[in-house]
Amino acid sequence: MCLPMQSDPMQPVPVRVLTRRREVADTWTLELEPGDAAGRPFAPGQFNMLYVFGVGEIPISLSGDSADPHRQVHTVRAVGPVSRALAALSPAATVGLRGPFGQGWPVEAAAGADVVLIAGGLGLAPLRPALYYILSRRARYGRVALLYGTRSPGDILFRRELERWRRRLDLEAWVTVDYAGSDWVGCVGVVTNLVPSASFDPADTVAFVCGPEVMMRFAVAALQKAGVDDAAIHLSMERNMKCAIGHCGHCQFGPLFVCKDGPVLSFERIRGLLSRKEI
Amino acid sequence: MKGIEQIVREHPFFQGLDEAFCDLVCTCARNVRFDSGEYLLHEGGLADTLYLIRHGRVALEIAVPGRSAVRFQTLGDDELVGISWLVPPYRWAYDARAIELTRAIVMDAGCLRNKCESDHDLGYEVIKRLMPILVGRLQATRMQILDVYGAPG
Ligand SMILES: Cc1cc2nc3c(=O)[nH]c(=O)nc-3n(C[C@H](O)[C@H](O)[C@H](O)COP(=O)(O)OP(=O)(O)OC[C@H]3O[C@@H](n4cnc5c(N)ncnc54)[C@H](O)[C@@H]3O)c2cc1C
Ligand code: FES
Repeated sequence: MCLPMQSDPMQPVPVRVLTRRREVADTWTLELEPGDAAGRPFAPGQFNMLYVFGVGEIPISLSGDSADPHRQVHTVRAVGPVSRALAALSPAATVGLRGPFGQGWPVEAAAGADVVLIAGGLGLAPLRPALYYILSRRARYGRVALLYGTRSPGDILFRRELERWRRRLDLEAWVTVDYAGSDWVGCVGVVTNLVPSASFDPADTVAFVCGPEVMMRFAVAALQKAGVDDAAIHLSMERNMKCAIGHCGHCQFGPLFVCKDGPVLSFERIRGLLSRKEI
Repeated sequence: MKGIEQIVREHPFFQGLDEAFCDLVCTCARNVRFDSGEYLLHEGGLADTLYLIRHGRVALEIAVPGRSAVRFQTLGDDELVGISWLVPPYRWAYDARAIELTRAIVMDAGCLRNKCESDHDLGYEVIKRLMPILVGRLQATRMQILDVYGAPG
């Protein structure tokens, strides 16, 4: 799914921070108000380039509901100079925004099929808009399963929302953590362990996977083992970015540019690239 | 009520196992039930059993001095608890306790080892069923060790 961008894609537009909420220790969700009357329509899986004035610009996925283009929601993990500065912005601060960019999750093409969403750690953020999209058109999809794995119970992102999703009868939502204390009554183990427990018809399933690259490789192996076709597995890739419009080559991934051809790419397209160390 | 033979035959671990082998295996098996909080096995104890969960959930934990136990895996329906019975010195390497009402088949590991030793065809069938579980757990452990969600270094 591809939507129109702003007129000059290299020119950041100043937008206001509406709200800032702490998700887990190092991760914050910012709601930005684009200001323009039509808002900024985006497709689930797309990203914006966010520019903290005087610090730098980085790609951050949209983590909110694409049904509301007036709110650009981003979930940021503070790992380095720009993401730390972004995460520290208070309401009313201004940030530069370019986007939305890239190819998102094939949510329309998945209609009619079972959908399995596999998220690892912060990977739940770029997948959340796809889940919102599917749930708001629930009757158009077959069985829907969300498998979420993270490090420990304290690292669970969007916890309250996950609890709500778990209560739904038309969604199978599983959460697991890599390790826990003995007070945790949920699942412990890697997210790929959840694949055999989820109910879906592998011959008619579309899988969306997002998380650290190693986790995605393990997830692909588990989906393949379950019988899901390579062409039906879609991954959201990350590479360093500069222009975000396919000009500078910073995000090159073999013959592909992650900013323009991705970030969401079918596994069939990147099969030979994913395990190559030099790429 | 189902007899142990039927329960063993229906458990995915033994699916497709030859009738005669199933009869042999059944002589080492019986039904057990654990209430939530009850231990199946303790670290350091003699690994003389293995459990095939029928329904329920079991947590594997390692005690860490000075803090509460670390839970590193939970196992559910149809899964196998306990691998240390396979290799000397046959001692458990962790604690396992039920975290909900759990029904399982418990197998006498010494009995199973002896049967496998005296009939290598049966031994091979058992190993063929154990290997994918071991490889799966090894791969999962690799992913846990990599700490893929951890803070970037
Ligand atoms: C398409 C796309 C979407 C993205 N969406 C999000 C998002 O929604 N939320 C978000 O927080 N980040 C997201 N990122 C990642 C983010 O853009 C990078 O983390 C960015 O480099 C951070 O910049 P920095 O200056 O803060 O840190 P840097 O100086 O770039 O990095 C600091 C340290 O963190 C490590 N690092 C950088 N990125 C990652 C990463 N993704 N995982 C693990 N370690 C990393 C670096 O190796 C370095 O050690 C996305 C990236 C892409 C390409
Ligand atoms: S970031 Fe410039 S080509 Fe992709």
